[in-house]
Amino acid sequence: MTKTIRSHSELPQFTRRQVMVGAAGLSFAFVGCQNVADTPPSGAASSSKEMSPWVTIGADGTVKIMAPAVEMGQGSRTSLPLILAEELDADWDKVQIVPAPPIESIYGNPGFGGMMYTAGSYAVFAYYTPLRIFGAQVRQVLLQNAARHWKVPVDELSTEPNTVVHTPTNRRIDYGSISTFAEVPEIAPEVSETSLKDPADFRLIGKDVMRDELPQKVDGSAQYSIDVQLPGMIYGAVLRTPVFGGTPESVDKSKALEVDGVLAIEILPYGVGVLAETPWAAFEGKKALSVGWSIEGPGDTFNSRQGIEAFAKDARTRSRLTKAWEETGDVQSALSDAARTYKGEFRSDYAYHAQMEPLNAVASVSSDGKTCEIWCGTQAQGVAVAATADALGISPAQVKLNDMLLGGGFGRRGPRDQDFVIDAVLLSDRVKRPVKVMWTREDDLRNGRFHPMSASFVRAGVNADGQVTAWHHRKASDLATKSQDPVRFEAAGQTDFISMAGTEIKTYAIANKLSEQVAQYTGMRTIALRGIGYVHNKFVTEVLLDEIALGEGIDPIEYRLDLLSGQPRATKVVEKVAEMSNWGNTPEGHGLGVAYIDYKSQLAAVVDVTVNSRSGAIKVHNIWVAIDCGIAVQPDNVVAQQIGCTVYGLGLALSESISMNQGIVEQTNFHNYIVPRIPDVPKIEVEIVHTPNPPTGAGQMATPLIAPAISNAVAAATGVRLRHMPMTPERVLSALNA
Amino acid sequence: MPISFKLNGESVSTNAPPETPLLWVIREGLKLTGTKFGCGAGQCGACMVHLDDQRTFSCQTPVSAVEGHEVTTIEGLSSDSSHPVQKAWLAESVPQCGYCQSGQIMSAVDLLNRNPNPSREEIIRHMSTNICRCGTYPRIVQAIERAAREG
Repeated sequence: MTKTIRSHSELPQFTRRQVMVGAAGLSFAFVGCQNVADTPPSGAASSSKEMSPWVTIGADGTVKIMAPAVEMGQGSRTSLPLILAEELDADWDKVQIVPAPPIESIYGNPGFGGMMYTAGSYAVFAYYTPLRIFGAQVRQVLLQNAARHWKVPVDELSTEPNTVVHTPTNRRIDYGSISTFAEVPEIAPEVSETSLKDPADFRLIGKDVMRDELPQKVDGSAQYSIDVQLPGMIYGAVLRTPVFGGTPESVDKSKALEVDGVLAIEILPYGVGVLAETPWAAFEGKKALSVGWSIEGPGDTFNSRQGIEAFAKDARTRSRLTKAWEETGDVQSALSDAARTYKGEFRSDYAYHAQMEPLNAVASVSSDGKTCEIWCGTQAQGVAVAATADALGISPAQVKLNDMLLGGGFGRRGPRDQDFVIDAVLLSDRVKRPVKVMWTREDDLRNGRFHPMSASFVRAGVNADGQVTAWHHRKASDLATKSQDPVRFEAAGQTDFISMAGTEIKTYAIANKLSEQVAQYTGMRTIALRGIGYVHNKFVTEVLLDEIALGEGIDPIEYRLDLLSGQPRATKVVEKVAEMSNWGNTPEGHGLGVAYIDYKSQLAAVVDVTVNSRSGAIKVHNIWVAIDCGIAVQPDNVVAQQIGCTVYGLGLALSESISMNQGIVEQTNFHNYIVPRIPDVPKIEVEIVHTPNPPTGAGQMATPLIAPAISNAVAAATGVRLRHMPMTPERVLSALNA
Repeated sequence: MPISFKLNGESVSTNAPPETPLLWVIREGLKLTGTKFGCGAGQCGACMVHLDDQRTFSCQTPVSAVEGHEVTTIEGLSSDSSHPVQKAWLAESVPQCGYCQSGQIMSAVDLLNRNPNPSREEIIRHMSTNICRCGTYPRIVQAIERAAREG
């Protein structure tokens, strides 16, 4: 029997109800929506009159283009309008990028069922074709209007940036002039995907432009929500329950109220808020609180060191029910029939996003409590509006969102409950004044939502020729998807795609495969983090595969190339990284390790390490990364993202670990949650393998390569296998001495 | 007693309690928000400013300590991003989320003020005070080398 379960990876069909309207200048709206039933309404416009435009062309030739993705450093606030501008043939110097309002029926991401959600490296991937088609449609309307104006056939016209040209009569008219007399059809002109520009003719895509917001990021003027200043604004700090599900049972406010500048203490369902005239007074007031908590649920007895042992036992013994993620062929028979089998147990600790801007938001609830304005850096604009409306019991239409730049996201700002926004909303509602609530770094850790701790048990079988015939991966972890977003969890058939993505073996030719999750219920808060399940799951896959290659006496790169035969894009990135790293010529005393992943984009990395056998410290000297992400819309940005992903992956691989005792996070700040600093960063070389395929994403793809490549390099240098992330010096020493 | 000091060349004063960290006085009192809050513990460098001619974690500096001194923030480097380090930062497209970059730039300017031609090792040692979670470190090094070269 052959069965493939891929409930989440199938993208919803992007269907378009196309309406164009002319309003306020020459505006082009476009309804691109699909199954938004699973997302709450969010100030959505239902008739064309209220419709918000995607593109507005002013008489002066200014082309305003909406940016549906938020900007957290990944660059898609610039890349998406640029894609539209390409097919519109807009003059980039005249383009103004405007953050789109939270109207999911118009601006929602087709890759997320119409949610406005900036995550998963899905922005360029999912908007690419719709935005090209829409840009081409707007261009067609301009051409038709110019044809009518000049009384010439439309097929005699062409465009140059912001200009329609009639070559036979050598006439030219700019888009701004057309906008003054243009008529906009009710139904958009038909544009098929095949009639779009040949990539060879691109003027913008594939050519680097400066990101829209970059100049403000070197002069201090970039505005994050933490920078918002409003008249009459006061400050809030919230002491949240240390364990999910807790409520404040006894609260001693007296010492907090004695702090100079503290105005009020407010009891919230999940914590205690301090309102003050200044941030410092709010923080000092919070420190002075004494709160007893009532905890519902299993969290308050949880200890992560014992927890991971229990996870590992479940992964090994299948003592509990499992849910399949990928199943092809008959893995048990194939394992029984195998000439040789390999097995391994792998572990990963909880990990923390550590976005540099601590979570915060500003909210202003009107005096009658019926409207609210919020300022926040969220990855999900519509969800932020809906969560605010729910918290206040008002309609989403009564919530005005100002989405600000994000000082890092990495997944932390995307959960359905928007915890960091609600703090400000509830406190502002109590006092009917604008309130800025900031989490301290300690709050950000204590109330963190983490990359799930995981234990995996994997068995693989090979035939007499050493080829892999069976692969069984059983993973124990909390249901991160349910914790992050119950709506999407249900929509995906209660599948935990955040934990499980990447356990599937997409590109390697393996006939019999089973990956399954044995769900854990620790009560800990888990969520997506850059690279989601791939981070742990590719550590598992790529390390065990390396062991098999060495066990079969075959070079790890040759072994992968054999498994990838017939997959030219995958083959190319592996060959490229072998060439970049001069594979096969390892410097004396060093070890080189390789990893490959299919993350829609194709990537491979080689890492060069030495290991200090006295301290257990791994020194990473070089990292080479090759990526084929299809068309690189902004190539320099693709490179920058892979460098960033690599540094992020380095931290997850070597030092980043969250532990809990009695459900309480033990790490408090950057002295005991160790992220990479500049001396930790090796020489990193990134090469893009350019192919004309549609773009497949670049924002997080290299992160999961780094840990397995390091583990494989350490094995090459020392003969010792590391199977627990992070690979701290203590763990290395203990493996070396085992 | 108000505390008075010079901020980017202008005389300012504050009634904040003397133990208040300079960071909060600059950001929320005097509304210069380019200086960022990252950790409140002198661990990340997002709050870096110059106190007279020395870089300083503003989250670790009580405002009373700057009475009569000169404080420079990212807004005081230039009025038009013309400082060589700012120009180099744009030329190398350093920022990603950008949140740490004011602090990175203030640390880099501090280095170049006292050592106009730093070696790569000196750059790395000096910049180890500042965390960039987006991982722009390689480009930070390139930008400092460019600023030293083109200064």
